[in-house]
Amino acid sequence: MIKVENLSKRYAGHTAIKDLSFEVERGEIVGFLGPNGAGKSTTMKILSCFMPATGGRASVAGYDVFTQALEVRQHLGYMPENVPLYTEMRVNEYLEHRAALKGLGGKKLKMRVGEVKELTSLNDVQRKIIGTLSKGYRQRVGLADALVGEPDLLILDEPTIGLDPNQIRQVRDLIKNLGQKHTILLSTHILPEVEMTCSRVIILHKGRIEASDTPQNLLSQLRAVGNIRLEANTGADTGLEQLQKVPGIKEVTLDGGANGAEGVPAAVNGNGKAAESALPDADGYRTFNLRVEAGADPRAELFRLAVERKWTLRELARRRATLEDVFVEITHAE
Amino acid sequence: MRKFLILLEREMKSYFYSPIAYVVLCFFLVLTGFNAYTMISALNRGPTDITLVEAFFNNAIFWFAFIPLIPLLTMRLYSEEFKLGTIETLTTAPVNDWQVVASKFAGALLFYVVLWTPTVLYFVIFKYVTKEHAGQALGAFGGSYLLLLLMGAFYLSLGCLASVVTSNQIIAAIIALVLVVVFFFTGLLGYILGTASQGFRDFISYFSTIDHMRSFTRGLIDTRPIVFYLTMIGFFQVLTFQIFQFRKWKS
Repeated sequence: MIKVENLSKRYAGHTAIKDLSFEVERGEIVGFLGPNGAGKSTTMKILSCFMPATGGRASVAGYDVFTQALEVRQHLGYMPENVPLYTEMRVNEYLEHRAALKGLGGKKLKMRVGEVKELTSLNDVQRKIIGTLSKGYRQRVGLADALVGEPDLLILDEPTIGLDPNQIRQVRDLIKNLGQKHTILLSTHILPEVEMTCSRVIILHKGRIEASDTPQNLLSQLRAVGNIRLEANTGADTGLEQLQKVPGIKEVTLDGGANGAEGVPAAVNGNGKAAESALPDADGYRTFNLRVEAGADPRAELFRLAVERKWTLRELARRRATLEDVFVEITHAE
Repeated sequence: MRKFLILLEREMKSYFYSPIAYVVLCFFLVLTGFNAYTMISALNRGPTDITLVEAFFNNAIFWFAFIPLIPLLTMRLYSEEFKLGTIETLTTAPVNDWQVVASKFAGALLFYVVLWTPTVLYFVIFKYVTKEHAGQALGAFGGSYLLLLLMGAFYLSLGCLASVVTSNQIIAAIIALVLVVVFFFTGLLGYILGTASQGFRDFISYFSTIDHMRSFTRGLIDTRPIVFYLTMIGFFQVLTFQIFQFRKWKS
C-alpha cells in the first residue's frame, strides 16, 4: 500500500527526515511513534502529497506521490494534526462539501455521508456549526472527512491528541474497527495507543527509523528492559549506592511519594550519587525503581543484598515491559 | 470543472456566512446610492455636456467606494486557509492547485459582481423617471460595466497576491490596500507632476485607471486597456499560483 524508499526532507536549517525506507502492506494498522520533532508529521505530509520530499521516492497504492499526486489523493484520506476545519460551516454541509470534492455525487454522496456520520457518531450534532463543537466532536468530524471518500489508506496524524480518556477510548475502538476495511497509518506519542491498536510499530527518532516491528516482538526483544520494583526498609542509609553496584542494574530511581505511592520520582539517580532528599515513608520503607540491562535478571542478587544488609523487604516485583520502556530505551540510547 | 464549481460554491458561501459580507454590502450600497443621488442633483442644476454614467463613474465618491472594497474582498482568501491549517485538507483532497487558485479568484470576482449589480438599477430608474438616456448610448453603458469588471478583476488579483503571502488577514488587507493605492496613484502621476513631458503623460495614461474609466464612460471602448487588464490578471494569478505552491511546500 505504501512504499517509501530513502525518503529525505531537508528544510532550510535542518533535516526533518533522513533516508527513510519502509513498506506498509494492505490491511495493516501501522503506528508511527516518536518524540515531538521526530519527523512523523513530515513523513505523513509527504505521503499525503501536501509537500514534496527533497530526496528519495514514495508511492501510495502504486502511484508516485510526486508525479501522480492526484491519483494518490484519490486513494487516501488524510487527517492533519490538530484537525483543521472550516469553522463557519455546519457538520452536514462540511461533510457533503468534502465528499463532493472527493468525487462523490447524487444519492451516493448522501448515503456515504450518512454512513460516516453513523460510524463516527456525529448524528446528534449534524446540524451544528463546526465552530461551536467541542474538541472531541471536531476530531470526529475530521475523521469522518478522512473516511468519506472511501479511501484505501487512512493517514491520521495524532488522532487522539487533546481528547479526554473516554473519547480516546472511543476513537481507539473506531480505528480498530476501521482497520478491518482500510489500511491505516497513524502517528502518536501516546504509547498505549499503538500497543492497543497497531499491528506494527515504526519508531522514529531524529528523522530515522529506530525500530520497526510488531508491538509484541519489540517487547520480547527488549523484555528485560522492564523495571523491577523494590520496596525495602533500608534503615538510615538510602541504599542507593549498594543497589547501583548490583550487576545488571542500569539505573536506580527512588520514588518520592509518601506511603510508597508510585508517583513522580523525587530524586533521579544518574550515576550512583546518593539522593539525600528522599525520605522513607512512615513505616521506614523506601520504594525503588530499578532499570535493568537487557537479558539480566538481578532479582536473586537483590534478595541476597537485602539479607546481607539486613534490609526488610516488602516488595520485589518485576513489571512487565511496556512499549513505553522500549520507547525510552530507543530514544534515549545515547 | 466540477471540482472548480464545488470550490467556488464554498468560496461564495464563506462570504455570506460572515457578517463582513453584509456590512460591505450595506456600506457599499449607501455609498453608491449617495453617489448616484449627488450626481443626479448636480446634473439637475443646469445644462451640462456630461451624462449620468460619466458623472457616476468619474468622481471621488466612486473611487472611495471602489478602492477599500478590494482588500475587504480578498484579505481572507488564502490567509485564513494558512492560518487555520485547512490548506492541508484542501490540497490533499483530489483537486489541482490551479483549481484552488482559480476558484478563489472567481469567488472574489463573483462577490464583486454581486456588489455592483444593484447599481445598474440606478440607471434604469433614472431612465424610467426622466425619460432621458443615462449614458451616451448603450455602448457607453455596457462599456463602463465591462471596464468595471476588468478593473475589479485586476485589482482583485493584486488582493489575491497580497493574501497568499501572509497568514494574517490584517496584514493581507494592508498589503492589498498599498498595492491598489500605489497602482491607482501611478495613473495619476501625469496630473500630479505639472512639469512632466507629454511623452511621459501618454505613457502613464496607458495604465491610468482613471483615464480608462473616462474614455469608457464616454463610449470609447479602447482595446488597449482591455488587453492590459487581461494580461495583468493573468500575470498576477500565475504569480499567486507560484507563491501558493511555494508556501505549501515550505510549510
